[in-house]
Amino acid sequence: MPPVLTATGVTVRYGSVTALDDVSATVPAGGLLALVGESGSGKTSLLRCFNRMVQPAAGLVLVDGADVRTSDTVTLRRRIGYVPQNGGLLPHWTIARNVALVPRLNGRADADLLAAAALERCGLPAGRFGARYPHELSGGQRQRAAIARALAASQDVLLLDESFSALDAISRHELLEAFLTLRRELAFTAVLVTHDLGEAARLADTIAVMRAGRIEQCAPLATLRDAPATPYVAALLHRAQAAAQVLAAP
Amino acid sequence: MTNRRTGLFSLRLLAAFAVTALTVAPASAQTRETAQGLTPTAPAARTIIVASKPFGESYLLAEMFAQLLERAGRRVERKPGLGATEVAFSALRTGAIDVYPEYVGTGLVAILGDSVTAAMRADPRVAYAHVATASRRRFGVHWLPPLGFQNGYAIAVRREIATTHRLRTLSDLAASPARLVAGFTSDFIGRNDGWPGLRAAYGLRLGDVRPLAPAVKYEAIGRGAVDIIDGYATDGLLAKYDLVTLEDDRHFFPPYEAAALASARLMRDDPGAIAALTALSGRLTEAGMREWNRAIEVDGRAVPDVARAALAAAGLAADGETARSVSLGAAPRDGFWPFFVARRAETLRLAAEHMRLVLIALSLAIVVAVPLALAIISRPRMAELVLQALGVVQTIPGLALLAFMIPLLGIGTLPAIVALWGYALLPIARSTIAGLRIADPDALAAVDAMGATRRQSLLWVRLPLAAPVVLSGIRTAAVLTVGTATLAAFIGGGGLGEPIVTGLGLADMRLVLSGAIPAAVLAILVDALLAQVERFVTPVHLR
Repeated sequence: MPPVLTATGVTVRYGSVTALDDVSATVPAGGLLALVGESGSGKTSLLRCFNRMVQPAAGLVLVDGADVRTSDTVTLRRRIGYVPQNGGLLPHWTIARNVALVPRLNGRADADLLAAAALERCGLPAGRFGARYPHELSGGQRQRAAIARALAASQDVLLLDESFSALDAISRHELLEAFLTLRRELAFTAVLVTHDLGEAARLADTIAVMRAGRIEQCAPLATLRDAPATPYVAALLHRAQAAAQVLAAP
Repeated sequence: MTNRRTGLFSLRLLAAFAVTALTVAPASAQTRETAQGLTPTAPAARTIIVASKPFGESYLLAEMFAQLLERAGRRVERKPGLGATEVAFSALRTGAIDVYPEYVGTGLVAILGDSVTAAMRADPRVAYAHVATASRRRFGVHWLPPLGFQNGYAIAVRREIATTHRLRTLSDLAASPARLVAGFTSDFIGRNDGWPGLRAAYGLRLGDVRPLAPAVKYEAIGRGAVDIIDGYATDGLLAKYDLVTLEDDRHFFPPYEAAALASARLMRDDPGAIAALTALSGRLTEAGMREWNRAIEVDGRAVPDVARAALAAAGLAADGETARSVSLGAAPRDGFWPFFVARRAETLRLAAEHMRLVLIALSLAIVVAVPLALAIISRPRMAELVLQALGVVQTIPGLALLAFMIPLLGIGTLPAIVALWGYALLPIARSTIAGLRIADPDALAAVDAMGATRRQSLLWVRLPLAAPVVLSGIRTAAVLTVGTATLAAFIGGGGLGEPIVTGLGLADMRLVLSGAIPAAVLAILVDALLAQVERFVTPVHLR
């Protein structure tokens, strides 16, 4: 059973700037919560509270019922897969070695086997891609490798920080499909940060629309569409629908 | 696995440098121990260290001292060409050397900082008595009885200028409307018994005063680049360039009688050696010295040969020799190439010595600067302060740093290594910090976010990614150090600076080049070698 993620009354400040203002959110076991908003809305800060890359000034963050402040940071982070926008693969390591990062950090002898399995699952056969370096892969392939890395040590929490944003449309479509397949095969709880409502709609069970450090509304897509809580949410949905219609028009 | 090897390479490199440093360092420590005479042996068996300052006459007198001591059965180590007065004197005072030739006037003004009295000007013996007593009392060092000749400052002009302006004395010069261009040594320009005092005493006015290195001032006046220089009364080059010495008719310059200056320890431990040195007292004349200096500076005779001849002429021929048997015949000077070829074994030895200095200093700089940079990288203000402090070290002129080190570390290899180490710190620390800062922030964040410890992130990510930049800093430091290491010779640290210093002192360009050319070649080789290493540690994605 993958863990439940909970944030309660979380406030984050950078100097005099308040990035998150008394925010609460819960991701149920095996659920995927998308945090949608503009730059500076606080979505990345909230994501990073779960692996303690950001320390809240106030509030409580729980992973599997345990306060992250009292957990050992290193242990906590090794349990949580993290996929940044540009993959964050180490440029001087091969793909196989990159993917084996966490098993290796954990000192596991079967790190290479775990990495090969994770690569296979993400559609990058280890035999073909394992020995290559990140710069020898396409953007989509690099993100697949980054996702494989985040899952290689059987992590059951994934933090996806704009992980699909920097890709061209076709690679992105393929990757989203691959990710959905992964979600069906593996049990993990995930948080996705994105500025693209379409992407959120495709992947997430629940979408939190964020603005200026607060959550405007947190609900499934249908609720956002049918009963927007604020004008901002309504406008956001409207814009996304208009864009989709332009593309769908004959 | 190749990728693993690449990742850890920078560490291996550090380890290798550290091991080199550790294996070589004890050898240098040992050298120092013997050099300082700390080994508990009988006084007679102890090696006596004879030094000189870096000019012809000083080399010659030191060599004469050395030969006298060897004939008296002493083991002698020669440390010719030590820095200048401050370097040689602090080496003597601290017991790093045992004896070197010095001049009473220099002792009075430059060492004791006293002024010249009328009685001293009238009678050199008064000056000697004062300097000998005060030096013994203040520094515990001993002036042996004067050697018999004076080598004071000689203000010299080109003959045509002396003729045109009717100059015979310094008073003539003061009265003349001629505005001459002077090329004075920086020593002379700065000393109270030099240009400032002389100008005040005579009311002299010159067109311009240019600081010139001792080695080039004769060349400069010979080519007409300057009109007037400061020389020494017994310089052999005065005759070579046909210069006229202006008489010090007001007796401004204090008496510059030459004498052996001996350390407290030599005086205490080895009266026999003192007696052997004293045998030379009163036996040398100005005319004689001018001739011997000329043999060295103009004819290019080897210093040991001239010393033997000079001793024989002074009635101190070695057993089985007569003054006549060692008289100097004609000695045609070799051209550069035969000279260079004949010296090749010595050059190789010096090059090895040079590289040993460079390697030890550089290794120590790496093992200090890289961890230092790692320690301060996350504190930008601290990092800036440390880099500024290291920058200050960089601005201290090489010779000054070396002179400053003598009271702490004596002379020889050790202070040279410490000074070179100090100069190498900045480029290495700066490049390490720069290298660590450019490491891909995405990659670093990902590794942190996935639970790497600080150590793992440093060893697996930061250092390997920074390696090429760190290496380029090490490369800069290495080339710099190969160049700077030539200064080591000024404090008896050896290396390729030795022929350069000696060559400058003896106005022998062949000697200068036989040090300077191999040093330049070494710098190029070291740079090329490290360029290869740099390519090797460059992460695969940057190649």
